Amino acid sequence: MSETTAPKPFDWSSPKATATRKRRYAADRRLRLYGLISILTAIGLLGVLIASLVATGHTAFVQTKIAVEFTADPENVPPDDPASGNFRAVVSNAVQQLFPEIDDPRELRTASGILSNGAANIVRDYVTAHPEVIGQSFTLNVPASDPYDQLNKGVIDRSLPEERRRVSNEEIALFETLEDRGLVSTPFNWGLFFNADSRFPELAGLAGAIVGSFYLLLVTFLISFPVGIAAAIYLEEFAPKNRWTDLVEVNINNLAAVPSIVFGLLGLAVFIQVFGLPRSAPLVGGLVLSLMTLPTMIIVTRASLKSIPPSIREAALGIGASKHEVILHHVLPLAIPGILTGTIIGLAQALGETAPLLLIGMNAFLTSPPGGIMEPATALPTQIFIWADSPERGFVSRTSAAILVLLGFLIFMNALAIYLRQRFERRW
Amino acid sequence: MTGYLFLAILVLSLIAFYTGRRTASQFVAAHRNDVHSRPIYHGAFAAVWVGLPALVLVLLWLLFQGSIIDRLLLASLPASLTEGASASRLSLYLSEIKNVASGRIFSEPSPEVSAAAERYQRWQMIAQWAMVVVALAVAALALYITRARMTARFRARQGFERTLDIVMILSAVAAVLVTIGIIISLTYEAIQFFRLVPPHEFFFGLNWEPQIAIREDQVAGTGAFGAVPVFTGTLLIATIALLVAVPIGLFSAIYLVEFANDRFRGIVKPILEILAGVPTVVYGFFAVLTVAPAIRQAGGLLGISISPNSALAAGGVMGIMIIPFISSLSDDALRAVPQSMRDGSFAMGATRAETITRVLLPAALPGIVGGILLAASRAIGETMIVVMAAGLTATLTANPLEGVTTVTVQIVTLLIGDTAFDNPKTLSAFALGLVLFVVTLCLNVLALRIVRRYREKYE
Repeated sequence: MSETTAPKPFDWSSPKATATRKRRYAADRRLRLYGLISILTAIGLLGVLIASLVATGHTAFVQTKIAVEFTADPENVPPDDPASGNFRAVVSNAVQQLFPEIDDPRELRTASGILSNGAANIVRDYVTAHPEVIGQSFTLNVPASDPYDQLNKGVIDRSLPEERRRVSNEEIALFETLEDRGLVSTPFNWGLFFNADSRFPELAGLAGAIVGSFYLLLVTFLISFPVGIAAAIYLEEFAPKNRWTDLVEVNINNLAAVPSIVFGLLGLAVFIQVFGLPRSAPLVGGLVLSLMTLPTMIIVTRASLKSIPPSIREAALGIGASKHEVILHHVLPLAIPGILTGTIIGLAQALGETAPLLLIGMNAFLTSPPGGIMEPATALPTQIFIWADSPERGFVSRTSAAILVLLGFLIFMNALAIYLRQRFERRW
Repeated sequence: MTGYLFLAILVLSLIAFYTGRRTASQFVAAHRNDVHSRPIYHGAFAAVWVGLPALVLVLLWLLFQGSIIDRLLLASLPASLTEGASASRLSLYLSEIKNVASGRIFSEPSPEVSAAAERYQRWQMIAQWAMVVVALAVAALALYITRARMTARFRARQGFERTLDIVMILSAVAAVLVTIGIIISLTYEAIQFFRLVPPHEFFFGLNWEPQIAIREDQVAGTGAFGAVPVFTGTLLIATIALLVAVPIGLFSAIYLVEFANDRFRGIVKPILEILAGVPTVVYGFFAVLTVAPAIRQAGGLLGISISPNSALAAGGVMGIMIIPFISSLSDDALRAVPQSMRDGSFAMGATRAETITRVLLPAALPGIVGGILLAASRAIGETMIVVMAAGLTATLTANPLEGVTTVTVQIVTLLIGDTAFDNPKTLSAFALGLVLFVVTLCLNVLALRIVRRYREKYE
């Protein structure tokens, strides 16, 4: 037995110990603060992103329209073939009627600039649809051209000095006379959803892009859903554990992390170059996107197959079902909610994908929606890219509006997935 | 036309299903317990064997029809046109012929072309009808054979299940084929490129000016394919992105795991995940619309001139995009550290901060590093943000205020528009793609391996 001297008791209340403790607690609070600041920064950045999109995009959901009285005199519009009429003349007559006090041709040209460049086409479509108006007058709400649209929505500040504005004093005066006569209205912009793309911002809409994205997702779903489920069932339930199946597994995990543009290169080199499929077609885009979503589909399906408890398999095997019957009759039906949730999330990712579609030419300028999966088309994200690249100022708000529409679709799909999960998910 | 064919095949296989099931029901009525499989399996067996072969045949036919007809068309053109013509010239002929055939005539076509257009229409017609006839014949033949094979003792269930196995194995193989397809197509085109431009020039050259003349009359540079400035630009932007994302993501994860209560966590985590779900084209537009002008203005206030497509704007916005990757992977890594290590540290009198920095972070480091590597691979392969916000000219600089270009930007700009596969300009995109694929693959394999090994350590 050795004598042990009791250590000198540590004086916790000494100034030195207090100072150390203070320092340590301060470090604790600092780390906590850094964490909170980081989270708030990240959320704040998301807020800035959404706020700047809403701030620039909300104006594109309404459209300045001007009520104009047109006269379809038979001289300009032949009654036997109304589509071939001279509708530019109809429009310029209408502008003259709108401003009877103007007789200078230069000033008149400025005045007709108030109406959209597509006004003649709008009148033509109306007259061909209603041939009975030939020879009569009728009033149509025609979109105002982009500068006046921006002026009316307050994007262009009327109080700025003239040389820093896109519209001159004279043009503002013309527009204000129309406002005073109550001809200007700003209804909801249905054209944003029902018009196809156009060079003129006030006429450009998303119809082509929405139809194109629909075809893309259809092809993607038809390919990646069955192939993904079949592959996942094989790998999860049937595959022997050996070097080959390990390789397949590693391969699928890595495929999920390959940059999307590489899939675009694959699509360009294989589907377009080797197989000669048409460029810009939703078929090729859908093939590329389905190759991209395939790994996600397989991973998700395997996870939901794995979550089915073994007791169900054993019960089915016990009453004499074959292995295939166990899976087809019991495991797969129970796993379907999880698989559907994963599928919707995978399709939502495919909907937002842009880069591979650029490489296979889905960024073409098209003025009508595609009629099928073999026809040239654009998609929502590529349409956003096209508009973001357009020099006209009016496309800035259109781009933001298109992004809001795309985000709307994504939120809808994800909400549906969350709903399905909560409604049908079972915990064992 | 093709749609109706698919419908016809579907109808035939449905007929096969119902007749198969009916026949088997008759066996059951006649033989009672001697029937091997349930009637539904007889039906399913017949349906699968009537539908699948015809379907596969049609798909293969559609896949190859276009390129075979193109070959035949080119072979049928008079030698005076095709002799010594380049590949791009030939594909121009093809598209002209197709335009004429579909009635989109812009100028009076030459007699050779209009004759070829007529041939094209005729062949297209023949091919389509041949496909319909062959596919329906295959389906009908299969229907006949399966009917003939059906007896009471026929093992229809085994037959059907074996077919399902084949379908499932082929689907699993498809995932591997995608990887093989990527590797082969990229390598093939890259080898074509390296025949025109020696590899050492590509990997070590300091000058990147790929805009070469495609037609003889164009005025353009002679082309220089030294990719070093492109690589450094990519690294610069990815580094900026990581400098933004790693601190924010890591500190957020630390707060969420160690300080936050469950309610706060339940609200904040999904919000951070939203950042990962926003399409990249949206980030690209955000960079152009808001971030780049803001940075320029800030630079203007400080008296620094900043390029409108500075690496800072593109990299910063990319950093926002990868915050959730870092935070959720670090979150997983921190949570995987066993509670006993925390308890041990607290028992020694350490504060929370000391526990985190001295115990948890070192223990979770491999997982965090794996996450950062995955995020880096994401940043290198990210396309839309840099296409919209970064520059096009390759400058060799480390200054984040200047415009630089990246591998993905170059791939997109080289391949948008003119894509004839015989000039170094187009092919260089595939060489860049190969480099991109190999680098991201290495990063991913490394990261996954680190993460997995680390997970095993604590399980």
